[in-house]
Amino acid sequence: MTSVIADTPIASAGPGAHLVARARWRWPEVLLWLFAIALIWIAPSRYLLFNEIAILALLALSIDLVLGYAGIVTLGQGAFFGLGAYTAGLMAKHGMGTFPWSDPVLGLIGAALVAGFIGFLSSFLVLRGSDLTRLMVTLGVALIVQELGNKLEWITGGADGLQGVLPAPILGLFDFDIYGRNAYLYSLCTLFVLFVIARALVNSPFGLSLRAIKGNVTRARAIGIPVERRLVVIYTVGAAYAGIAGALLAQTTQFVSLDVLSFERSADALLILVFGGVGTLYGALIGAIAFKAMYDVLASATPEYWGFWLGLALVLLVLFARGGIMGLLRALQERFARPRAERT
Amino acid sequence: MPPVLETKALHKNFGGLTATNNVTFALAAGARHALIGPNGAGKTTFVNLLSGVLTPTSGTIYLDGTDVTRWPAHKRAGAGLARTFQINQLFADFTPLETIVLAMSQAKGIASRWLRPVGTDTSVVNAAADLLQRLMLADVMHLRVGSLPYGKQRLLEIAIAVASEPKVLLLDEPAAGVPESEREQILDVVAALPGEMALVLIEHDMDLVFRFARSLTVLVLGGVLVEGSPSEIVNDPRVRQVYLGELHVEGFSRPHTGAALG
Repeated sequence: MTSVIADTPIASAGPGAHLVARARWRWPEVLLWLFAIALIWIAPSRYLLFNEIAILALLALSIDLVLGYAGIVTLGQGAFFGLGAYTAGLMAKHGMGTFPWSDPVLGLIGAALVAGFIGFLSSFLVLRGSDLTRLMVTLGVALIVQELGNKLEWITGGADGLQGVLPAPILGLFDFDIYGRNAYLYSLCTLFVLFVIARALVNSPFGLSLRAIKGNVTRARAIGIPVERRLVVIYTVGAAYAGIAGALLAQTTQFVSLDVLSFERSADALLILVFGGVGTLYGALIGAIAFKAMYDVLASATPEYWGFWLGLALVLLVLFARGGIMGLLRALQERFARPRAERT
Repeated sequence: MPPVLETKALHKNFGGLTATNNVTFALAAGARHALIGPNGAGKTTFVNLLSGVLTPTSGTIYLDGTDVTRWPAHKRAGAGLARTFQINQLFADFTPLETIVLAMSQAKGIASRWLRPVGTDTSVVNAAADLLQRLMLADVMHLRVGSLPYGKQRLLEIAIAVASEPKVLLLDEPAAGVPESEREQILDVVAALPGEMALVLIEHDMDLVFRFARSLTVLVLGGVLVEGSPSEIVNDPRVRQVYLGELHVEGFSRPHTGAALG
């Protein structure tokens, strides 16, 4: 596996070492995950916030796979998020809170399958056309799904939302407590597992071929990469990820409203990714933390100015940190790493 | 021996403009063929038709005896047809090593693997490093492609195409824009390509053409004006009139040209 920890440069053991080294786990990554676990003891009263961050991070991660690695601009990830939320919500509701039908993990799988299937079907729409066309197509699909959610009242509960979502204990063992501690741990574990898979994916030959398509589609075709097939696969995977994020929200809040399909959520998640840094995976996590922390502090102090602060942050980011927070961190790391390298 | 690449009555119209006009063409395995013609003769359009970047209006293309006229570009590449581009088409954010590893992985059918990181398959990495060594790119193989000097990028353009060990390689002005001092490098690299690979060279530089080619096709206004050996082409009055007149006929009296013809 890839779980070898390395923070020292690789001694040159053949040209492959350079490539493999990039896929190794580094200390800052490990620290970030340990910190996420430690939050249980550091701030026991904020589980709900942490849970929300984990879910948003997963949604932003799903966009990073599609946009950051394959270059597909999308504003429709909220559709898959909502589909996942309703799927998991309905499974929990109609499973009557009994194992295994209301089991949350089964709900995640169901959500991934449904969202992934719809993602697969709609992927053929985003294959053709430029960035702008894709933006419009993804937005269009999201609006259709949203309207369906509203009209199919007998399934979704319409504007009243889906009531009576009572998932069984996780794997029949851990009940969702009222403080949200298990909910946060559950979301965090799900995020971690999916993150590890995404990390393997982007560092693999498959991930390299995605970056090639994003970098130069003419050349990608000329070396024989089946561009369309690759894009269908990653769009489907991204949709499944977003579906799982939606399922987590439905299960941990035990309620699904039409709001899960809203355009704002897609836009927020895209914004979070840009804040954190596109095409880095960690940008999704750090962006979600920064966004929610900012919201928590600013919106509770002066809720009417939230839009102003968000806009200001965006403008500053575009002016001074194109690569987002990850870009800033990387620039800092290079500044400190260079003198050290010169001495040796 | 049957031709490895063949076209029959190939046409391409862009609206009212005929860019490729009734081109029937055959390329034998191991050929060293040059495609020449004045600006706007339709050389690049022809290469784009062969490689699948464009779809012909009518006519047929055979690769190794198979009709590939309707095949998409990536499928033709998989069947052994590689090309370089007149204007670099590279992955700017990759390193040369990553670029070649990807091209080789794709050719071996392992580029869809997703569990293990790039570089764990040492046979691919070593083969890629070998190729970069041969193409004088070993010293820059870990640098960002976008930061490489132009001459190195041109070499990489050839390296990517060669990485899949194609049967046919289309070289679209490999030395275009390369400063005089680095031209020799490109020439040496092209000369050292495996003998069994069929090469088609599009080039404006007549020195390069006559040092390289054992056969030529002259394209004018999208159609084939004449085909033949270098000496036949040089002595063809139509070629002199239509094409060479533009490129200074005296270029052909240079001593090394005579040597190449002999």
